[in-house]
Amino acid sequence: MNFKLIFNVARSMLLARWRQTLVAAVGVTFSIAMFITLLSFMNGLNDMLDGLILNRTPHVRLYNEIKPSENQPVNVSAEFRDSYNFISSVKAGVTRQEIYNSGPILQAVKADERVIGAAPKLTAQVFFNEGTIDITGVINGIDVEEESRLFNFRDYVTAGNAIDAKNVANSIILGKGLADILVADVGDVVQVTTAQGERFSLKVVGYFQSGIQEIDKVQSYASLATTQKLLGKPANYMTDIQVKLTDLSMAPAVAREYAQLFEVDAEDIQTANAQFETGSNIRSLISYAVGITLLTVAGFGIFNILNMMIYEKMDSIAIMKATGFSGKDVNIIFLLIALSIGFFGGMVGLLFGLVFSVIIDNIPFNTAALPTIETYPINYSPVFYFIAGSFSLITTYLAGFFPARKASRVDPVEIIRGK
Amino acid sequence: MHETILEARHINKCFHDPVTVQVLTDITFSVKKGEFVSVIGKSGCGKSTLLYILSTMDTDYEGELYIDQELMTNRSDIELAHVRNEKIGFVFQFHYLLNEFTVLQNVMLPALKLNRYSAPEIEHRALERLKMLGIDHLAGKMAYKISGGEKQRVAIARALINDPQIIMGDEPTGNLDMRNSEVVFDIFKELTDVHDQTLLIVTHDQSFAEKSGRIIEMEDGRIIRH
Repeated sequence: MNFKLIFNVARSMLLARWRQTLVAAVGVTFSIAMFITLLSFMNGLNDMLDGLILNRTPHVRLYNEIKPSENQPVNVSAEFRDSYNFISSVKAGVTRQEIYNSGPILQAVKADERVIGAAPKLTAQVFFNEGTIDITGVINGIDVEEESRLFNFRDYVTAGNAIDAKNVANSIILGKGLADILVADVGDVVQVTTAQGERFSLKVVGYFQSGIQEIDKVQSYASLATTQKLLGKPANYMTDIQVKLTDLSMAPAVAREYAQLFEVDAEDIQTANAQFETGSNIRSLISYAVGITLLTVAGFGIFNILNMMIYEKMDSIAIMKATGFSGKDVNIIFLLIALSIGFFGGMVGLLFGLVFSVIIDNIPFNTAALPTIETYPINYSPVFYFIAGSFSLITTYLAGFFPARKASRVDPVEIIRGK
Repeated sequence: MHETILEARHINKCFHDPVTVQVLTDITFSVKKGEFVSVIGKSGCGKSTLLYILSTMDTDYEGELYIDQELMTNRSDIELAHVRNEKIGFVFQFHYLLNEFTVLQNVMLPALKLNRYSAPEIEHRALERLKMLGIDHLAGKMAYKISGGEKQRVAIARALINDPQIIMGDEPTGNLDMRNSEVVFDIFKELTDVHDQTLLIVTHDQSFAEKSGRIIEMEDGRIIRH
């Protein structure tokens, strides 16, 4: 087959009706651009919302749950093994919140290849004393450097310097909401009473703003050592080990493995935050649905224009068939016309999509809830461009398929005799 | 001795829509190389129908058709397209030039499809044909910008480009005035006399037919004189 000739004929027919061609191509361009913009924006939002929680959440959390023993003595006893034992008012026994053997566990976890890093954590329930009023709060004792590296802690410290929590003795980083209630500026000292009744003075070295108001009203951060001092515990005392993995999807398996290996409770991120996954999926689904609808409409536009073109070019098709072009050649000519509309319209559409995304990316978006966000979020994943590009070709191929088949079946005798 | 170019054996054809009508009955004849044959007959006698069967474009018939001593009946669409491309040149009542192309490109198109010569050679051959028909000055013009008589001559040049075994015409002078008709006839005459070209022309122009070499007359789907 003489492909160059077929290509030339297709090009001439396309250019002879360049206005119609342009309208069809603009339809594709518009829908592809919208598709890209919508997906980039939606996924940017998804990433931002997920990041709000997920980036700061450990992939696997090791801790000791306070709960009654599963093996009550009466069940273990050989004497009563074969009987039904009813025990009422079961209470948790002498369990400690502390993770046993925390040092070796931390070392073992950090040595694991699947793990990016692990950070110890210690939570202490306290009262903040504001005059005569006691405000309940939580102080999280953290390893500031590891916490910043693994869970972007530094990004959420909006005033003061995160590392001061470690460098300044007896210091605290207050949640923004909590600081507002306490009317505590950076540099002020706040009074804290622990659950054990000990009173401490802590110096405020910064504000922390997570973007979730409820958290900011209760949470505050201090170094691990400061918190251990508050609780009167030794330097190896920690209640949580937070693990970040190289691959988030491995979390459930790793959690199960650690629970067995270290005899602790382990919670994975998927179980802890199932609702985020669902929300993201549904938002993506909606944007794909809208994008595909746009493309389908553009496809019908192409279908119409090709159909009209075929009626117009009936004579040309007839003489080409009479002078030796086969039905297959004619079919390829019209498919080529459709595909080039899809290809060039799609290419320009990808470009416009990128331009729109950049424009949105530069629109200021300031909200008190999101301290790290300054403009609307955009996800520039090349996957969207690839999908949009393939869709534009597939849709235009489908739109061209039936008109091209019709053209290939034109009976030249009918056309020529009809004159 | 001249070889046979076209041979029809016992060709029958019916139209089935809306009722079955026998259009052609037992058509048997042959055309030898270099002959200038006119097919005449009244309107509706089946002469055009016969031409389209002979041209291989209409495949819905009974009987056998030989072109260049090869059987054409029951061949595939692609094979027949190739035969038309290589061995048959067409001139219709309407010129059927492609408006998107120049005169030269229109003439070159069937040769490019056949792909026997390189593109520059084809262009040279197309210009030769145009020169022979006295319209080489139009080569660069778009096809829709030339006059009706010129268009028909371009169509003849296009029919000649692949050196076909036979040129078939369906009322090639039907749309032309007296003067242009004569020009076209003279071209046909010259083709047979000088270039030994075989022609099979359907016409209802009695004077045109009488000047040609051989007349096949049809009536009610049968050949009554040949």
